[in-house]
Amino acid sequence: MIDLEFAINTISLGSLYALLALGLVFVYGILKLINFAYGEYIMIAGYAMYVLGGFGYVPWYVTLLAAVLFAALVSYTTELVAFRPVRTKSMTAMLVTSFAVSIFLQNFVLITVSPRARAVKFPPVFSQTLTIAGATVPVRNLLIIGSTVVLLTLLTIVMKKTVLGIAMRAAADKFTTTRLMGVPANLVISATFIISGFLAGVVSVFWVSRSASVDPLTGSMPLLIAFIATVLGGMHSLQGAVIGGFVYGLLFNLLSIMLPATMISYRDAFMFVIVILFLLFRPEGIWRKGYTEERVG
Amino acid sequence: MTGAGTVSEFLRRRSTTWILLVPMLAIGVLLHFFGTSLQVNIYTYFCVNLMIVLGLQIFMGNSGILAWTHVGWMGIGAYVSGILSMAPMVKSLGVPNMYPFLVQLQVPHPLIAIAIGGVVAAMVAAVIGWPLMRLSDAAGVITLFATLIVIHVILTQWDNVTNGPRTFFGLEEFTTLPVALVGATLVLLVARWYRESSLGLRLRASRDDRYAAAAIGVSVVQVRYVSFVLSALIAGLAGGTWAHFITSFQPKAFYIVETFMLLSMIVIGGQGSISGAFAGTALVTAAREGLRQVEAGINNAGVFTFEVYGLTELVMAVLMVIVLIWRPNGVIGGQEITWPIIKRRR
Repeated sequence: MIDLEFAINTISLGSLYALLALGLVFVYGILKLINFAYGEYIMIAGYAMYVLGGFGYVPWYVTLLAAVLFAALVSYTTELVAFRPVRTKSMTAMLVTSFAVSIFLQNFVLITVSPRARAVKFPPVFSQTLTIAGATVPVRNLLIIGSTVVLLTLLTIVMKKTVLGIAMRAAADKFTTTRLMGVPANLVISATFIISGFLAGVVSVFWVSRSASVDPLTGSMPLLIAFIATVLGGMHSLQGAVIGGFVYGLLFNLLSIMLPATMISYRDAFMFVIVILFLLFRPEGIWRKGYTEERVG
Repeated sequence: MTGAGTVSEFLRRRSTTWILLVPMLAIGVLLHFFGTSLQVNIYTYFCVNLMIVLGLQIFMGNSGILAWTHVGWMGIGAYVSGILSMAPMVKSLGVPNMYPFLVQLQVPHPLIAIAIGGVVAAMVAAVIGWPLMRLSDAAGVITLFATLIVIHVILTQWDNVTNGPRTFFGLEEFTTLPVALVGATLVLLVARWYRESSLGLRLRASRDDRYAAAAIGVSVVQVRYVSFVLSALIAGLAGGTWAHFITSFQPKAFYIVETFMLLSMIVIGGQGSISGAFAGTALVTAAREGLRQVEAGINNAGVFTFEVYGLTELVMAVLMVIVLIWRPNGVIGGQEITWPIIKRRR
C-alpha cells in the first residue's frame, strides 16, 4: 500500500496544500484575519486562465504567469478597498467583510461569465505521465513538488534576508512595536496580501489543471483545505502552515485508502472532526512555536 | 403615584418592545385582511426571518462570537419537524430510503413537530457546545465553521433520513401569516427579555472584555454555553416554522448562502441590539425582494443575452461592506430604540 507511487502523490498533494495554507497564514499572521475570500483568489486566477486561453494566440506560459499575477492584484485590491477601511474595527467586522468579499467575487463571475463551469486549456505536459522506477506518476505532480521547493526557498530568503521580510515577521509578532520602529503598516499589510494572492495564483494553476475547468465555487474546497491544514500545523507560524499542509495531504490520502466505500462521502466530515479535536486539545497545532496574538489597532 | 403615571412608566420602561411590536403586528393584521397573496407571502417570510435572526442575536449579538452554526440548527429543526409532521404515505413517497421506524413516526399536530425539532437542535447544541464555547477568536471561528460543515455533510449524505442532497418535500403548509406573527412576537419577547436578564448582562460583559468579566466572577464559558443552547433552541423552532412555510427544501438551504443572508441582516442592522436585528431583517428582506424583482425584470425584458443570477447577493455584499466601513456596529448600533424616538437635546 505504501509504495513509491503513493509517496510521490502524497508529497505532491502535501506540497500543494502547504502552499495553500501558507497563503492563508501570511494574512492571518499579520492581521489576525481569517480571510474567507482567500479561496476566491484561486477561483479568479482560474477565470483569468480561462479568458486568456480563450484568445488562442497567447502562449500558455504567459497565460499562467498572468493568471498568477492577476490573483495577486485581486488580493491587493480587496485589501485596499474592503479590508483597509475596517482594519481598526472589531474582529467580527473584519471576518464578515472577508465573507462579503468572498460572496461578492463569486457572484461577480456568476453574473459576468456564467454560473456553469468553463473549460480551461492547459499545455499537454500537464496531463502526461512519467514512469519512475516502476511507478507511474503524472508530470503535474512533479511540477507541483518542483514549484513548491522553489517557492519555499524563495520565500525563506525573502523572509530572512530582506528588510521587508524582517519587517513582516516582526509585524506578525508585535505589530504596534514594529510600527513604532518606523515600519509603515500599510506597506507591510499590502505586501502580505500580494504574497498571499500570489501563492493563491500558483495553487490555482495546479488546482484548476486537475479538472481543467473552473466554476464560481471552485474556491470553496481549497479554502476549507487551507483551514484544516493551518489548524493542524499551527496558525501562528509559517513553518506550521507548511507542516500542516503536508500532514493534511498524508491524512487525506490515508483516509481515501482506508475508509470503506460507504463512508467515503463522509470524508470531509471526518477531516473537520479532526480539526475540531485539534482545536480543543492542541489549539497551538503541531508546530508549537510562533508569534503571539495581537491585533492591529 | 397615580394610575396613569404607572401605566406611562410601564410603557416607557418597555418602550423598545412596543415600538417594534406594534407596527409589526399592525402591518401583519392589515395585510392578513387586505393584502394580496404576494404581500402576505413576503410578510410571512419576513416574520420567519425575524425569528431566525433574533435567535441569532441572542447568541451572536450578546457574546460577540460569529455563530456559523446557526443555519445548521435551523436545518436540524427543519428536518426533524418535517419528518415528524408528515404522514407515512407522503414520507415513503418523498424519501424512498427512509428508515422504516421513521416512516411510521408521526405526531398529531405540526406545532408539536416544530417544538420537538427545536428541542432536538438544542440537544445537539448542548452535547457539542461546551468545548466549543471555551474557544475564542480565530480558533472559535474556525471550529464553529467546521461544525457547520460537519452538519452540512451529514445532512447531505444521510440518505435514510434527509433524502440526501435531493429535495425533501411534501410538508404541510402550516405556517400562515398569523402563525408566523405569533412566532416572531414570542421570539422577540424572549430575545428582549434575555438581553436585559442577569444572564444576558453577564454574557454582554464577557463580550466587551473577557478577562474583566471573569475577574468580577462571570463564568464566561457557562454563560456562553447557556445562550448557545437557547439560541439553538430558537433556531430549531424557527427552522421548523420555516420548513412548514417553504414546504420543500434541500440541505444546501442551510449552508453558506443562507448564512450570508442572515449575517447581512444582523450586521447591517446592528447585532448588539434587538432593534438593530429587527431593522436589519426588515431592510434586507425589503432590499432582497426589490432586487429579485429587478433581476426578474432584467431577465424577462431580455436586456442581456444571458440570465442574470446572483445580483441580489452581489448588491448585499457591497452594502454590507459599506455599512461595516461607515457604521461597524450596524445602522442602529448597540443601543435599543427607546421612547421618545427623537430625544430632546438638553
